[in-house]
Amino acid sequence: MADGRLQGVVSSGSDIERVYVSSFAAGTHNFNCSTNNNRPCGGAHGYTCKHLDLLLDEAIVQYGADRVARYLRVEVDGEVTSARDLLRHMNGTNERMPAAIVFSRFLRHLSYLELPVVTEPVPELHWFPAMGAAR
Amino acid sequence: MLETQLSTLLDDAPSGVVETLDLVSGFDEGLVSGFARLGEERAAALTALAGAMAATPLADRVAAAAEKIAGGSVTEEHLSVLAGARIALLGAVHDALLARLDTALRRTRATWPQPPTPNRTTSAGNLFSGCRSWLTELAIAGWRGVDHDLISSSDQVLQALLADPALRRLAVLTDGLATELHAGSPIGTMERLPVRRWADLWTRALLLSQAGAGTDDAQAAERVSGRLLILGVDVHEHSTAVQIQVHGVLESAGDSPSRLVRTSVAAAKVDTIVGPALWRLLANYPVLLGALAERRSLEITDLPLLDSGDLVWQDDRAKAGDPADPFVTARVQLADAVAPAVPPLNRHPVGIAEPVLVEGYTATSSDEHSTVTFAFGNVTIPVAVDRLPSCGPLTPQLVAASSACVGLLRWDGGSWSLQPLVVQATVKRKPVVSYTGDWAMGPTDPKVAKAEAKAGDAVAVLRERAGRLLRK
Repeated sequence: MADGRLQGVVSSGSDIERVYVSSFAAGTHNFNCSTNNNRPCGGAHGYTCKHLDLLLDEAIVQYGADRVARYLRVEVDGEVTSARDLLRHMNGTNERMPAAIVFSRFLRHLSYLELPVVTEPVPELHWFPAMGAAR
Repeated sequence: MLETQLSTLLDDAPSGVVETLDLVSGFDEGLVSGFARLGEERAAALTALAGAMAATPLADRVAAAAEKIAGGSVTEEHLSVLAGARIALLGAVHDALLARLDTALRRTRATWPQPPTPNRTTSAGNLFSGCRSWLTELAIAGWRGVDHDLISSSDQVLQALLADPALRRLAVLTDGLATELHAGSPIGTMERLPVRRWADLWTRALLLSQAGAGTDDAQAAERVSGRLLILGVDVHEHSTAVQIQVHGVLESAGDSPSRLVRTSVAAAKVDTIVGPALWRLLANYPVLLGALAERRSLEITDLPLLDSGDLVWQDDRAKAGDPADPFVTARVQLADAVAPAVPPLNRHPVGIAEPVLVEGYTATSSDEHSTVTFAFGNVTIPVAVDRLPSCGPLTPQLVAASSACVGLLRWDGGSWSLQPLVVQATVKRKPVVSYTGDWAMGPTDPKVAKAEAKAGDAVAVLRERAGRLLRK
């Protein structure tokens, strides 16, 4: 959830080398799905493709349905537990959005996982207590 | 810890602490509106800061820097001098508090060696100056004037800092600050700013980006061998970093007294990795994690011990020992173990985290366990339940049902609190011992383990993706 979009990178179901960049805009709920090279996804014509559905599902797992609904400004009545529940209240259409920015942001994100672990103390982290069990 | 010890600790703040923090706040307010537009009041706060330094070796430089900045010449050099003055004031507060704590607990503390162990020299000059200019820009604009573009302008320097493990301290700090600023943006309309906190982070970053600061030389450090008895584990975390800090007592071979030590492992992460999955990032340290999960002692051989009391962990120089109950360790060893000295740059109240054993208290909680206090007779101490990590089984409910606790004494926002690491509690009339490291090798609670299995191994998935996509 950044830059006014819920955005993510979804691995292709058929080709392990391929990934899709999928996003929903907050407010308009317009969506887009394309490969990281800006080739549009074959499944996203007027309605959402499975990558977009997966993105929403994963966002709900990660942040909780309420937070996702709030961020995208989806007005829901009743309980929301799945991507389907949210999509029922969203009428966006397919809209081109630049995949490159989202993708490079994702790569930068991933690069954190490649950094070596350090065993020299980082006393500065005392300013950052663990993110509570009570939350 | 006894009631009398606690009341000595909690007695009025050491003299001068309140006044000193007022001086610090004066400076911090300057960072809110920015030093480019310094009103009369803010300028006076800088003069007062300089006044407080009058009897120190910094006196002339601070006075000159305060005058220049008040006159509109906001340079990196002047700001660095003022940051030095601010950190010196907080260092004095830290010293007063720690002295009070040592007196109350009758804790013996090692003295900082003079001259200190030489710092490793780094060839990070460009990165440091890049970082300093970003911090200068922030100070000129002030928190209220900071926008996404200004925050993002640190990206390149940050990437380079992260790439060098020797600069991790500055890197995770700067990253943490930038993330908070992004999250708060537009800061101009934020209702309440964490004024002291952001000023703390800014100050420490500015000092860490001076040549020679903040790098420990593990090569030159003393080597120690012996038995490490674990007291508990503290977890630190922001969206892209996690650190576990194990507190323990080191029994060295020979007659030297036992020492209070820490050992830390810090990994970079992404914000979607939280809860018990955090331990998977540290999977390359199976001996340490195994000892945490099984509550065993560790036999260590020739590990570097920094003057700060930090063992620089190497998993291949340790092997698991006998089971060791943290409560027994605390009861037998804590009173006599020698505490480490605090390195000059780390002297800040936020760094105070002294292990203690408390028992025989009455725990009370309110607001659905969001506040818990321990009462010893007429003395009470708040429990820092907000610091309990999500990667372990310790919950505010358990703490509220506890009768004994090994924890860390901390000082934050003007008062002491106790952060639990291990508790002994009664649940459904059965005694249980629960501690933050229990899930180091995976959750032991079947419900949590099931949820973990269902969520999948995010660490493995993301690492696989990283391996594939980053090398295209």
